[in-house]
Formats: sequence, C-alpha cells, structure tokens
Amino acid sequence: MNARIGRLFWIAALGTLILVTMTAYWQIWAAPDLAAREDNARLVYRQLSVKRGLIYDAGGHTVLAANKRRVKNGITLYLRRYPFGPLFAQPVGYNTVGEGRTALELYYNDYLTSSNSDLATLFDKLGDKLQGQTVTGNDLVTSLSMPAQRAAARGLGTLHGAVVALEPQTGRVLAMASSPGYNPNDVAGAIKRSAAPGSGSPLLNRTTQGLYAPGSTFKVVTATAALESGRYTPDTIIDGKGTCITIQTVPLCNAGGEFAGQVSLAEALTFSYNTVFAQIGEQVGKDRLYRTMQAYGFFQKPPIDYPSDELSRSGMYSRGKFLAPSAPVDIARVAIGQERLLATPLQMATVAATIANGGMRMAPSLVDKAISPSGKTVFESSPEQITRVMSSQTAADLTSMMRRVVEEGTGTAANVGNLSVAGKTGTAETGTAGLNNAWFIAFAPAERPRIAVAVVIERTPEFGGTIAAPIARDVIEAYLASGVAK
Amino acid sequence: MRSARYRELWNLLFVALVTAIGFLSVYTARQQEIDSTSLIYAGYFLALYAVAHIGLRAGLPDADPWLLPLAALLTAVGLIEIYRLNPTLARDQSIWIVVGLAGFLALILLVGDVRRLESYKYTLGALAVTLLLLTMVVGTEINGARLWIRLGGIQVQPGEFSKLLLVVFLAGYLREKQEVLSMSHRTILGIGFPAVRHLGPLLTMTGIALAVVAVMNDMGTALLLFGIFLAMLYVATGRSLYTVVGLALFAAGSWFVYQTAGHVRERFSIWLNPWPDSRDTGYQLIQTIESIADGGLFGSGLGRSFQLLDNGSTIIPAAQTDGIYAVWANETGLAGAAGLLIVYLLFAYRGFKVATLADDSFSKLLAAGLTFAFSFQAFLIVGGVTRVVPLTGITLPFVSYGGSSIVSNFMLLGLLLMVSDRTRKAIR
Repeated sequence: MNARIGRLFWIAALGTLILVTMTAYWQIWAAPDLAAREDNARLVYRQLSVKRGLIYDAGGHTVLAANKRRVKNGITLYLRRYPFGPLFAQPVGYNTVGEGRTALELYYNDYLTSSNSDLATLFDKLGDKLQGQTVTGNDLVTSLSMPAQRAAARGLGTLHGAVVALEPQTGRVLAMASSPGYNPNDVAGAIKRSAAPGSGSPLLNRTTQGLYAPGSTFKVVTATAALESGRYTPDTIIDGKGTCITIQTVPLCNAGGEFAGQVSLAEALTFSYNTVFAQIGEQVGKDRLYRTMQAYGFFQKPPIDYPSDELSRSGMYSRGKFLAPSAPVDIARVAIGQERLLATPLQMATVAATIANGGMRMAPSLVDKAISPSGKTVFESSPEQITRVMSSQTAADLTSMMRRVVEEGTGTAANVGNLSVAGKTGTAETGTAGLNNAWFIAFAPAERPRIAVAVVIERTPEFGGTIAAPIARDVIEAYLASGVAK
Repeated sequence: MRSARYRELWNLLFVALVTAIGFLSVYTARQQEIDSTSLIYAGYFLALYAVAHIGLRAGLPDADPWLLPLAALLTAVGLIEIYRLNPTLARDQSIWIVVGLAGFLALILLVGDVRRLESYKYTLGALAVTLLLLTMVVGTEINGARLWIRLGGIQVQPGEFSKLLLVVFLAGYLREKQEVLSMSHRTILGIGFPAVRHLGPLLTMTGIALAVVAVMNDMGTALLLFGIFLAMLYVATGRSLYTVVGLALFAAGSWFVYQTAGHVRERFSIWLNPWPDSRDTGYQLIQTIESIADGGLFGSGLGRSFQLLDNGSTIIPAAQTDGIYAVWANETGLAGAAGLLIVYLLFAYRGFKVATLADDSFSKLLAAGLTFAFSFQAFLIVGGVTRVVPLTGITLPFVSYGGSSIVSNFMLLGLLLMVSDRTRKAIR
C-alpha cells in the first residue's frame, strides 16, 4: 500500500509541475499580449492614472483636450475633458475607459502617456516615479487653426459633409471637420445614438474615411495628366462635340445640357465640360492618368499621423470593395470623376494643396511637436515631401485655370473681396434623383497660397458651386484674417 | 516535552516572521486606504497559532511538526491577500480561523483515537450524502451554482464537509472490502474482473458525482469527490483497472451531462476559448489570467498590484475566493506563486508520509485520502484559474475566503495529526 501512496505523491508532484509551468506560461510567455488586451482593466486604469498630456491648437494657445482629476476609493484617475465639445472631435478623437481611444488620442498615446522611449521623457517619468508623483504625459501642439476649424464647423452646420484645410507648403492640417459630429465628452452616449437609424454615422470621420465620387473636382487631376503629357497646353483647342457624346455605347453629357464647341482646355475646366474631359481621358489613357493619380496619393492610405484604421484609400471601388488598379475601367468616365471612382475629402484637399505648392505633394500632418512636462521639445515634425506630381509650370498653368473657375466659371461663389481664390467645383449624382454630393476644392491666395481646402456636402439638391464653395470661402477668409498665416 | 513540538515551534516562528512582513508590506503600500488598527489582525493571528501549538503539545505531542506550520503559512497568505482586498472580509476570515482552530482542538479532544471513527463509517457516509442531497433541495443558488445552505445569518457550503465525511467513510468501507475488491472473479481477455456486485459502489459514486454536477451545477465538488474516490480505491486495491473503468464511466456520464445541461456546456466552452466573450461569460477567467500575467517574475509587491476598481469592487469577480491565487500570483510573481504551490506539495509530502508510516489500513487510507483530497482541491482551483481545467467554484484550501472551507480544512488537518501522533508514538 505504501508504494501506491508514494505514487499518489508523485501524481501530486506532477500536478504541481503542471501548475507552475502554466503559471509561468501566463506570467512570462503570454504576459505581453495579455497586458495589451483592450479588455485588460489594469491597462486602462494604469493609463487613466497617468496625467495625459494636453493637446493644443496651432501655436499652443488653446487647450483642446484637458484632464479632470477624480479621486475615489484611494484611486486617482485623470479623465479627459474636451473644452470645445464636438468642435475638434474628428482630429483630436477621444480617450475613454469603456470605449477605447481614437484619432490623435490613439495615434500619439505613447507621447500623451509618456510611454515613448526618448531620453528626456524617460528622465521626467523616472523623476515622477521616484518622487511618488503622478506620471505626466507629453503635451501635443497640433497644427489646427481655431478660426479655420470654427469656420468649417459653422459652414457645415446641420448639413452632412466634411471640410479639410491644409497648409500647402507643409501639409499641416489647419482644419478637419465632419458633420454630423459627436461630443467627445459623452462618447458612450454618442455610440448609443449612432446605432439609431438615420443618425448619419456621427462617429465617422468623413474627412479621412468618407468616400465620395469626386465628380468634376477630379478634372483637375485629369488636367494635370494632360498637361504633363506634353500634348496639351491650357490653350489647346478641343472639340466638345456638342451636348453629348457616346462613350462605350452610353451617352455622356454636359451638366445642364450645355453645348461645348471648339474650346480651350482652360475654358473646358472653367465651365466643367464633361464631353471635353472624357475625350482627354481617352487620349491621355489609363496608364498616364493612373500614374498621376498615384502621384497625388490615390490608391494608398494618406501618410498622415492618424490611426491607420481611421483612414481610407481613394480609388476605384466596387460594391464597397477596393479595386486593384489593374481592374478594367471606363477611363473616359474616370476622367470626369465618375465611374466607380471614390475619393476622401483629405485626398481632394491634397490635390489642391499639391497644385498650390508648385506640384510637390507634402505629407499631411496634424501634430507640430510634443513637449515634455519639463518643457523640452521631445518631438518636432518637419514638412515631408512625398513626390513631385507635376512640373512647377504645370502647377502654374493649373493655378491660373482654377483661378478662372472662381472668377468667371462655376465657382464664383468662392470669391473673397480682393483675395484671389483658385478652385474647382464638383457635383456628383448620388443615385437618388435630385440629390447630389457637392464638392469644392480651392486654395488661396493664388499668387502665394497659404491654405488649400476641400469641402463636400452629402445628398444636397444644390451644386458644388452654390453650397460647397461658400463654405470654402469662409474657411479661407477666416484663416487668412486670423493673421496666423505669415 | 518532545522534539517534534520544538521543531514545530521553530517552524511557526518562521511563519510568524513571514506573516508580520506580509502584513506590514500590505499596510505600507495601502496606508492611505486602510487604517493601522487593522494591523492587530496580524498579532491576533499569531496568538491563535500559539494556542494551537500549546493544544498540540497537550493533545498530540508526537504529531508531525510540519503540517500545522504549513497550514499556518497558507492561512497567512490567504489572510494577507484578503486583508489587502478588503479589511472587513479579513476580519471575518480571522473569526473563521478562530472557529476552525476551536473545531480542530475540539475534534482532537473528542475523538482521541481516529480508529474510533471506523465504526461510524456508514453513519458518516450517509451524512455525507444527506448533506449533498440537502444542498440540492434547500440550497441557495449563487451565480448559477447551488453550493450553499443558509443557516441563520451564515451560509454553509456542505460540499466542503461531505468531502471529509466521504474520506472517512471510504477509508472504513475500503478497508473492509479491500480483499474482495482486489480479487478477480473471472478473467476476460487476460484482465481479471471482480464480481459485478462489488462494482456497485463504483457506480453509485459515479452517479452521485454526476448528480452533483447536473443538479447543483457544481462541477468542482463533483470532480473533487470523484477524484478522492478513485484515488482511495486505487490505494486500497492497487488495481488501476478501477481507475480506468471509473474514468471511462465518468467521461461517458460527463458527455451525457454535457449534452443535456447547458451550464456545463457553457463552462467547457469558456474553458476551451474564453477570449471572444471577454465582457460576458469569459470575463472572470480572462480577468483572472490577466491578473496572473501582470505579476511577471517577481510580482508587483504585496498591496501594490491593481485589484480594485474605483468603485471599490475587485477587478476579478470573486477575487477573495476563486481568484485568490491570481491575486497572490499578481503580487508575488512567479516566485511567490511557485512558492505557494510548493507549500501545497510539502503539505502533500508530509500528509502522504503520515499515511505510509501508519500501521493499520484504516489510518493509511484515511491519511492518504485526506491528503489527496487536500492536494486535489488545490489543483482543481489553481488549475481552474490558470486554464489547466475548467474554472470551478471550489476553494483554495486555507487560503480562500470562506468559513466552511477554513473549518473543514482545519478538521482535515486535525485528523491527519491524530493519525500521525499515534504512529509516531508507536515508533518512538
């Protein structure tokens, strides 16, 4: 019997070994993954016990994301408070216990919680810890302009749509607004409400994720390809062939049934003749047009300091699925921004900004710098050139053509007193009769651009020139009047 | 006075030191939240074990000198962590330790010689079944499991006591039937089978265990009772055939219950893959595992891990009972967790040693059964929180919060020491 009892002991020993091994598995092998799980309350609370860095507007004048301290049951927590409510919800995002975090709050979480590994931050954090003080995060100074953001939000009002404004020379995001929005101080409520039918997806950042047929604003891209091909100048005469032409057995007509005769490329853009641009598209061909689109940033996620999950690619889509550039398309209709082409407002703002910057595309960026609690700059973004999309001559040609759009063409509503605005309208049918997606892309002043804007209004009976252009004008005016721009 | 008791005294003094350090570190880590008067629990705890030690000197002077200090160490670990989670619960727990120690001393005093229990084996066996049946009928359901009976203001978990009674009954019963069960009645395919009528108990026991699962939704107790039964059957007969047949029967029965009882199915699916339901059914297991993982090699330090939400409740549901191992592993790391498991193994070692030294079959079976019950229970719950086996609601002996658990484990300790004292006296 003693031998059997001895065997029972060995079974107990084996059991102990299994338990120690499994405990070691969780504590050593699986620990990093478990620590990063979003359902790990420890992680969330540990981050809430950090005094997150503040988020400022451009120049660090105004706080966009602050903290409120709460002490309960001996636990000190710092909860986010957004003094401007919905105004900066899209670029700044939110940081919550239950609903996670988004936008800059997510992208720069390491800086905001001082988990970034640069030396100045490490020393600050070590100092905090040694003194038993709360760890304080790094502050972020964004590029967002208060007047531009306000003008964008005011312009959108209760309409559904989006506004993005960029600084052409640097790619700095000056305004980023999406409507309907939400209040980041009540994310749980916003999520609950967004589930209701007809809520209009308030949590969606339409500037980076909204996909819209770009319509005639895309003619600027087609014109770029045409001018860069060397076969066209702004004065090249093209036969508009009347009101409609037939492309792939389907008639393609000018908006409003307008007649286009022998017109120059510049005139065709000014009055947005579809029949002309469809022919240019066919002439230029898919390869060259796609190369130009690629250079502008189509077919890729934009290289912005923003969470990848909250960015969409612009390009060809079929039933909500991104189509590979190799998929066959009707290039004449792509050239006028139709077919299955969809673009984000950020992409179209990048098109305007690239032309404004003499043809060099810059990476858009939201954060200028991060500052440690002791005042050191731990991160500073510098303008990043992505690629030269066109020659400076082409850019100058396009600028004067777009200038004419606003002076005498479809975009006259964007005129600002003595300011020279260059722009292009777009009105894309939505599939519901009488409802359009109205676009306007613009930059100003045309001679020395300081701001480029893209505006889209969803499902409106109006047109790009009548509803989107005035919003763009207001944003431009508010920004240039603020004196922030040199 | 005998050397065993001096040995025990030194061991207890070491435990006292560890306990004092433990309480002090919790206190220093959490002095903003808890007040210093609660530190007297530590002193009070030590006084209790001094009383137990004196009791042993008087009652069982030759008993094993390791078991009581090991039990003291385990209760200290439990009390420290419960105190860390909730000082009010720690006060309750320390009252239960008083009751447990009183029961322990009373048992030693009243029974005197364990062999006297053998003649009451059927009474005790019937009592074990009655307790289980009573729980099934008048039990209160908490968190979907029917484990408790409300007695006045307190809740008793009869499963903890039927475990003890079952071991005593089986020790008596198996000693009696040892021979017939070991004999082969006929041989089929070279394997000797005992007469069918002797398989009756095996079938009865399987039935009881499955009924416990199905009616009480208490898979832990069922596994525990059945495991005890198989282990003791093996020690008594030496026939692994019983173990195999028993496991096969249990597997078949479990399959049936799995198919018919939704709550059992749910437990299994959580065990197999808790991750998709992290906010719902898998919440407890995931939070427990995340807490263990947070400990790393050396832990966060006592009182320094993250256990309480800002509303005062624990992150891990039932942290003071099911999750106590996770809290300990979080605060002391792999070093502390492995240490705790080794304390259980040492306890098992001393317990089985008591069994091998015993000179009659009843005592051997009793000591082996009690030790196995103790170790297997620890395995089931630690295995449950580390996802080795499905998580069940049984307690970690001497560590988990809970009166029934504490009192029944002190009685288990008392029985072991009684066996030990008699044999060691005989050897001397």
